[in-house]
Amino acid sequence: MATPTPVAMTAAAGARRFALGFVVLAGVLALVPFAGIYPVFVMKALCFALFACAFNLLLGYGGLLSFGHAMFLGTAGYVCAHAAKAWGWPPEAAIAVGTLSAMLLGAAVGVIAIRRQGIYFAMITLAIAQMFYFFYLQTPFTHGEDGIQAVPRGRLFGLVDLTSTTAMYYTVLVIFLAGFAAIYRIVHSPFGAALNAIRENEPRAISLGYDADRYKLMAFVLSATFAGLAGATKAIVFELASLTDVHWTMSGEVVLMVLVGGMGTIFGPVVGAFVIVGIESYLSAGLTLGSVVIGPEWVTVITGVIFVACVLAFRRGIVGEWLAWRQRRRPGTPPDT
Amino acid sequence: MQALFGQLLIGLINGAFYALLSLGLAVIFGLLNIINFAHGALYMLGAFCAWLLLERLGVGYFWALLVAPLIVGALGVVIERTMLSRLYKLDHLYGLLLTFGLALIIQGVFNNVYGSSGQPYRMPDVFTGGYNLGFMFLPKYRAWVIVASALVCGGTWFVIERTRLGSYLRAATENPAVVQAFGINVPRMITLTYGFGVALAAFAGVMAAPIYQVAPQMGANLIIVVFAVVVIGGMGSIGGAIITGFVLGVVEGLTKVFYPEASNTVIFVVMVLVLIVRPAGLFGRER
Repeated sequence: MATPTPVAMTAAAGARRFALGFVVLAGVLALVPFAGIYPVFVMKALCFALFACAFNLLLGYGGLLSFGHAMFLGTAGYVCAHAAKAWGWPPEAAIAVGTLSAMLLGAAVGVIAIRRQGIYFAMITLAIAQMFYFFYLQTPFTHGEDGIQAVPRGRLFGLVDLTSTTAMYYTVLVIFLAGFAAIYRIVHSPFGAALNAIRENEPRAISLGYDADRYKLMAFVLSATFAGLAGATKAIVFELASLTDVHWTMSGEVVLMVLVGGMGTIFGPVVGAFVIVGIESYLSAGLTLGSVVIGPEWVTVITGVIFVACVLAFRRGIVGEWLAWRQRRRPGTPPDT
Repeated sequence: MQALFGQLLIGLINGAFYALLSLGLAVIFGLLNIINFAHGALYMLGAFCAWLLLERLGVGYFWALLVAPLIVGALGVVIERTMLSRLYKLDHLYGLLLTFGLALIIQGVFNNVYGSSGQPYRMPDVFTGGYNLGFMFLPKYRAWVIVASALVCGGTWFVIERTRLGSYLRAATENPAVVQAFGINVPRMITLTYGFGVALAAFAGVMAAPIYQVAPQMGANLIIVVFAVVVIGGMGSIGGAIITGFVLGVVEGLTKVFYPEASNTVIFVVMVLVLIVRPAGLFGRER
């Protein structure tokens, strides 16, 4: 910043800009069913956007790279699907218990994983997630390769019939917006400020009296909980919980979404999720470039290329680059949204 | 009893691959501070090199054992020079993300070109048959894998811990700036170290080709297990990486005998237990 701005003013301006962005986002998304856009695509993107925001809470604000976040998405999906199908629970209760299971798992895994930092943290979370992958592959209630299929969407609070795509869409939208706003609130709370301090300089934060491990564990549990909310919602939307959601490729995908959108930015993960889900659904139909047809079998390679390109040349991500560009043009504006 | 010794043998073979791969990871990590996520993909590349050499050029197993690591090592040098070397000033996590992307590219391309099902690699004639040890039958090739990988691991340990070249390497791990000031070309050493580390992965891949199918995904799940091995051993010591690899292979083999349901997960469970008791790993030190 060129001219020092009082912190309170910066924070207020930042909050105003977030509120503006939030209202615009909510308004645009609310119009989707009337705009002729395929709502199932947007629902999928919204579930992944919430997943990516949860992941960004840990990576972008806590500085912890988890390479096993699929275990929270997948576990919540399985528990939610099982509750809805085998126990016949209504959707709101199934989603709640799915989210709760991810939260508990997050607490258990977090206690172990935060014992090491940096690269080790990434390897440990990856290995623990792989352990759960094999567990879900073998345990009977997940139905192995088939997954839990034909999960009933049910009636929300006994009133709204979710088999209607429009009703389902607005339910997903409300869940996403609530989760998104909650994550913004967490990031901009005193807790978020302390977390930021620990990421920037852990020894200094500890010397100031902050219990760094407790904050990191809390961030891990919160991130797991919101990832679980996304996974449980996804299971109801697609009436399916499968091994795809606990596989390491899913953990890699959420890293990519946050990287593409911009880690440590509020709107970045949402943008990243829409971009990646968009690319995948375009490719699933096959993309024709002249005489060359690029089909879904190239998704892995293209994902890898985007990874490499982002790391080498585009580390701020889409939203991060945009904020940096604005910063250069108008040096007075607050840096973070 | 027969089953026990059979599984112990399979455990030792798996352990040989864990040891070779975690050794390569540890050597690379020591100097570059990067965890090479592409290690599994480069192991697969080594196996495919051997398969292509045999099928397309008629080059046999023993030449492949030499040529495939050289090809993959050269690729590693290119990767280090063009990509990894740009990341040293940044957070180490970017190296992990870059190599993860590379792994996806390499595995994806081979999957699309050769299909996801495996290709069989013909066992060299020298290795047909085996030895009857009285209590069990030991196929010649399996014996060769254990002996050869133990020799390569031991040789690498000797070079790093007991020779002048190794002392430069260890010094550069501790403090690259001072070593550079003494007139040693540290950037070149880093490049060659990465090349050597991935050449070890390719060597393991060639060794694996006659036992397992040569398949594009053969390294994908393996590398996650090797990560757990690395966490258990801790990356402070070269010898530790080798021992941990062999021991965990045997532990996995024993689990297959006594509690087969857990054989996929036992290494991860051991990792969790080690993290609770000794977070730095069995041979590691906090850094």
